[in-house]
This record gives sequence, structure tokens and C-alpha cells, in this order.
Amino acid sequence: MSVISARDVEKRYGQTWALRAVSFELERGGCLLVTGPNGSGKTTLLRLVAGLATPTRGRLEIDSDRSQLGYLAHEPLVYRDLTGLENLDLYGRLYRVSERRERIGMLLERFGLWEARGQRVSTYSRGMTQRLALCRALLHEPRLLVLDEPYAALDEDGAALLDRELEDLARDRTLVVSTHDVERVVSLETARLALA
Amino acid sequence: MSAYAADVAALARKDLRLELRAKDTLPAMLLFVLATLVVFHFALPPDAGDDAAYGLLWVALVFTALLGLGRAWVPEREGAALDGLVLAPCDRSAIWLGKALATLAFLVAAEVVALPAFALFFAPLRGTALLGVVLVDIGICTVGSLVSAMAASSRTRELILPLLFLPLAIPLIVGGVGSSISPDGGKYLLFLALYDGVFSILSWASFEYVVTE
Repeated sequence: MSVISARDVEKRYGQTWALRAVSFELERGGCLLVTGPNGSGKTTLLRLVAGLATPTRGRLEIDSDRSQLGYLAHEPLVYRDLTGLENLDLYGRLYRVSERRERIGMLLERFGLWEARGQRVSTYSRGMTQRLALCRALLHEPRLLVLDEPYAALDEDGAALLDRELEDLARDRTLVVSTHDVERVVSLETARLALA
Repeated sequence: MSAYAADVAALARKDLRLELRAKDTLPAMLLFVLATLVVFHFALPPDAGDDAAYGLLWVALVFTALLGLGRAWVPEREGAALDGLVLAPCDRSAIWLGKALATLAFLVAAEVVALPAFALFFAPLRGTALLGVVLVDIGICTVGSLVSAMAASSRTRELILPLLFLPLAIPLIVGGVGSSISPDGGKYLLFLALYDGVFSILSWASFEYVVTE
């Protein structure tokens, strides 16, 4: 059964077409790898899948509600003047995460942010901010994960950690991943969409 | 507490925490409203009368609120945190209501200083005028939180916010001034309450369309 079904999806911002006639299907439990050069519409497509934008033309059906969707964007989607812990606590409340404190603590430990949990995000390095963004995206254990350049800003340790996470997640989650590090996720992909 | 109220409380608490930490908005609003009242104090001729002063009070309050509204969505713009909130499974109107309540708290805090200062410089406010302030504050924060969210996504947000907000604030100024100087102030309070009701519902219902592309 398809989790995502796209038929001739197009998106225009003002006079500029950001995405032209994209069609694909993604089965539950599959991993769609989205590739393409800069400006080919990868981020636009992922924003459409996440529900942050609506197509100008075409049909896009997502068999998942917001509570089941995790989205990692170019930006971290967190507050820079809150601490890492406060950010995750806010999102944990909004997502109604059960046993919120335990889940947050476990993610912070796993992504190596436990020691920095009380620091404002504005003091984090780019790599730490990306790790926090990953914690935020995974906090509510989503069934559909949409990841836009997940390896961006991560050092080798962080990238290796994410490799292991994605391997675990790909077992029972549906993934949509846009990345230039194709070789890191090629073993997980069940479908590929190459945008021009 | 219902899930919706819990979401609104969490979002408003987040804004208060951010302001306590960064102190970006409230000190600016306080300084602005006090400086404006001092300017008006020296600008008004001695024989201008209380009615002119009441009119200027509402000008000061609306522009002070505009200053706060201009900063209202800055934390959400940095790091695209608004996208994170929009993705959350809560009702999107809760984002607007949380922001409106936090903005209301800042405006009320500024007025706690501004209204005694006004009474000191010009004339005391009577009961209907104080009720008028409460109703105008609610109107400013409900409508203002919506239009400032609209403006926040634009590159020319500093221009767009006053262009969108001030025409919508004209009825509030009419009602506020009427509640201050008219012998039939109750009629203006009713008008303000009606404005608040109608625009709260419109803002609540339309916020979802403002935050999605």
C-alpha cells in the first residue's frame, strides 16, 4: 500500500517553477532517495510531502497524519534562545509524547547532547544543532520520516551515528531522504527519484 | 486542562521565557511609550484640554503595540521554528492564540507603567477608559498577531506590518477614544467588544492559511 502517491506534482513560487511534473509512489516501509543538483526542487518536494506547502498543480496524497510525520529541514526548526532540553520539551508537549522526559533524555544521550542540554541552542556548533534537529524529528517516533540533507554539518562521528540510526529506522519506517551523500544511504533505498 | 489549552499555555510560556531571557521586546516597548508620553507632554499646548491628551494616549498605545508586534515572530523566523510548530499535530490556531496571549502580557506590562505616567503628565483615566484599554488590548493582540505572522514571511516585513495593521486598528482607536471622552462610553465599549469578538473568530479561523505556502 502506498504511503505517498504523487501524480504530476508541480509547485510555483511567484513566476518561478520550483518543481515540474513529478510523479512517484512510495510503499509503506520503503526508502525513497531523492537526488538532483542544487535548485532541482528537492527541498520543495520534501516540504510538499511534509505538508508545509501545497502543490500548485497535480495530486499528492500522503497516508499519514502530522503526528506520524518527522521532518528534518535545512534549518533546525528550533528556538535559538531556548536550551536544547527546553526545545525538545516544548515539542514533546505539542506532540503529546508519552514518558516525555525519559524519551528526551534517551535521545539527548544517544546523540551526544546530554552534557549540552542546558545550554542555549545559539551556543551550539552547527553539528550540535543538526544533532538536536535530528532529536526533534525523531522525538515522537514518527512512522514517516522526511529528511532533507541529514548529513549536512555532521562530523564523521555524527555521520556514523546517523548511519546506524537510519539503518534501524529503515527496518520498520518509511523514509524519504534527500542527500548528496548518496553512498551513505544507497544500501537502504528501495526507490530513487532523480530530479533534473 | 484540555489538550488545546495545554498547547496554548506551552506556546505562550515559551514566548514569556524567551522574552525573560533575551529582553528584546518589553524594555523597548516601555521606553517607547514613556518617551512618547514625554514628547506629547511638551508638544501639547497648555490649554489643549484633556480630550486632546486622551487622543494622544491611544496613539501612543497603538504604536507601542506595533513595536511589540514587529518583534513577535522574530524567534519563529530564526531557525525556521515556525515550520516546526506548523508540523506539530496541535491545532494551528493554538500557535496564534499562544502568540496573542504573550503579546497581550507584554502590552499590559507596558501599560502598567504607561497609564500611571499618563495620569501624572495629563489626566486620570476613568473606569470606562480603563475598560476600553482592556478591550483595545485584546483587539490589538488578536488582529496584530495574525497580521504580524503574515508580514513575518515577507522580506519587507517592516513596511508591511504597519500597512496591514494600522487600517485594522482604526476602529480600535475610534472605540478607545470614545470610551475615554464620550459621556456615553458604554456604547463604545460594546463596539470594542463586538470588534474583539468578530476579529478573534476571523483570526482564529484564518491563521492556518497564513502559515502554509
